[in-house]
Amino acid sequence: MTIDENARYLESHEWARKEGNLFTIGISDHAQSLLSDIVYVELPEIDDELEKEELFGVVESVKAASDVYLPLSGTVVEVNEELLDAPELINEDAFGDGWIIKIKADDKDEWKELMDADAYRAFIK
Amino acid sequence: MSEQLIYELSVPGRSGTRPPKLDVPLTALPTELLRDKLPLPEVSEIDLVRHYLRLSQLNYSLDHGMYPLGSCTMKYNPKVNEAAASLPGFTGLHPRQDEATVQGALYIMYQLQEQLKEIGGFAGMTLQPAAGAHGELTGVLIMRKYQLDRGEMQRDTILVPDSAHGTNPASTHMSGLRVVEIPSDERGNVDLAALKSQLSDRVVGLMLTNPNTLGLFDENLLEIIELVHECGGLVYGDGANMNALLGIMRPGDAGIDVMHFNLHKTFSTPHGGGGPGSGPVGVAEQLVEFLPGPVVRQAISVEDEFPYYTLHTPTQSIGPVKSFWGHFGVIVRAYTYIRMLGAEGLRRTAEHAVLNANYLLRRIEGVYHVPYNRLCQHEFVVEGHFEDAPEVHALDIAKRLIDYGVHPPTNYFPLIVHEALMIEPTETESKQSVDHYAELLLKIAVEARETPELLQEAPHNAPVRRMDEIRAARQPILRYVPVDSR
Repeated sequence: MTIDENARYLESHEWARKEGNLFTIGISDHAQSLLSDIVYVELPEIDDELEKEELFGVVESVKAASDVYLPLSGTVVEVNEELLDAPELINEDAFGDGWIIKIKADDKDEWKELMDADAYRAFIK
Repeated sequence: MSEQLIYELSVPGRSGTRPPKLDVPLTALPTELLRDKLPLPEVSEIDLVRHYLRLSQLNYSLDHGMYPLGSCTMKYNPKVNEAAASLPGFTGLHPRQDEATVQGALYIMYQLQEQLKEIGGFAGMTLQPAAGAHGELTGVLIMRKYQLDRGEMQRDTILVPDSAHGTNPASTHMSGLRVVEIPSDERGNVDLAALKSQLSDRVVGLMLTNPNTLGLFDENLLEIIELVHECGGLVYGDGANMNALLGIMRPGDAGIDVMHFNLHKTFSTPHGGGGPGSGPVGVAEQLVEFLPGPVVRQAISVEDEFPYYTLHTPTQSIGPVKSFWGHFGVIVRAYTYIRMLGAEGLRRTAEHAVLNANYLLRRIEGVYHVPYNRLCQHEFVVEGHFEDAPEVHALDIAKRLIDYGVHPPTNYFPLIVHEALMIEPTETESKQSVDHYAELLLKIAVEARETPELLQEAPHNAPVRRMDEIRAARQPILRYVPVDSR
């Protein structure tokens, strides 16, 4: 089980990491292990404007389909189209190649309100 | 698997039929509709018969053995149902026939409407929906239209407990409404505090599966219904688990406003590949005029020995939800089942369904962890996982049961139980048959510790070994492609 020390987390197991002017969003390694083998990912459209904790996609495994929620408000600027052909990237590298979207945040301070790595580690214990 | 596809059995030029000699003038088909190649399998009658007989022998069905697939109510389908539905007076009907010529069929439909109203405690009934989830969609559309007609335009939310059937949130989405999930409490009931926090003038209604997917009767049912009604909402009952309640409790009497029945579960009509299904929807008085049309009415003006039946569309109907009158053959089968059992027989059905489930639960508890352990209804949920055999999962137990010639339970549902095995024996299994299933589960629990690989590699004796579900989901092949053009 890995936890990205540089990311911040929602209780529903999505992470957000600051990269330059943008935030990269995904689901945690813990979340992918609960879901087991991921077989399908539904992505939002580029330019979608979404609120914090709004639904931005669906991650489906052989066991269940899970909605995924945005950790902070913003506009979608990039989606990881690799996931459409290789959803297993989330299983293999949840914090790396398995990222889901990149957003331009409305208010960068919202990120600081999320759980940091230590708090998330305690939360999933 | 040894059996080839029918296309692979094809031999060019082989034929199973010889059409009669042409006895009308030959007319050319429009050239734009002609095609050069029509790749249909070319086989003889005996090729065809053997192919499908072999496939049927590879299949597992209720007529083979126990099939305790939780939430699916895989009860035995009595053969008399088939005999009734096969009568030429039914099979020869055409849906466009004048109603005066189909009075017998309308009588059956009317009787089944009345029987289901009596069983569920409802004022109105439609037989149109084609299956359970279709009934849910119909019910939610009725609730939505009721609220809109009252001028409650702001109501856009359906509350769905996390112990509901997975189709409930899906049906809500299909109807354009918003889903808010309500958690369960530690006894497996709807969490009342969480429910109260979501009640507002945005609520169209609550969709309640009772007994829920844990097989538990909600201990606060009446309070839940009252709370939802107080905020102006309606209560939808998912009647898929009606097998536990037949003749014992009428959901309409408890205040449930809308409910679908699954004729293919509770009323013993074929399902699971043998369908089609049928999901009649019952409603309380204030919703009768919103039902999809047409419904069958008895013409009261005729003082004849044989009353006349007509088709009627309710005044504020949401409109038809299915072509013609629903799945009529299924309606005949369910009517036959109800008439064969009578009121007393239906009640005994529920009593035995609940008894069988509780008996099986008590035989395996202690060996299998039961997370919500109280008196269950027609089904129950255990964890398919053992602390001292961490490498064995619910799926492995399910696959191992196949080796012993029985059907596995539902697995990994409901989601609120870790490694769920959801078991519904139904009333049609004898004590011997339930005992046999219990012994297999206990034996597999021993194997899980001693020879876990036996479970992990199961099934060993089935026509096919463990299927690669992950690859099937990631790279689905949805269309047959001939071998020579792959």
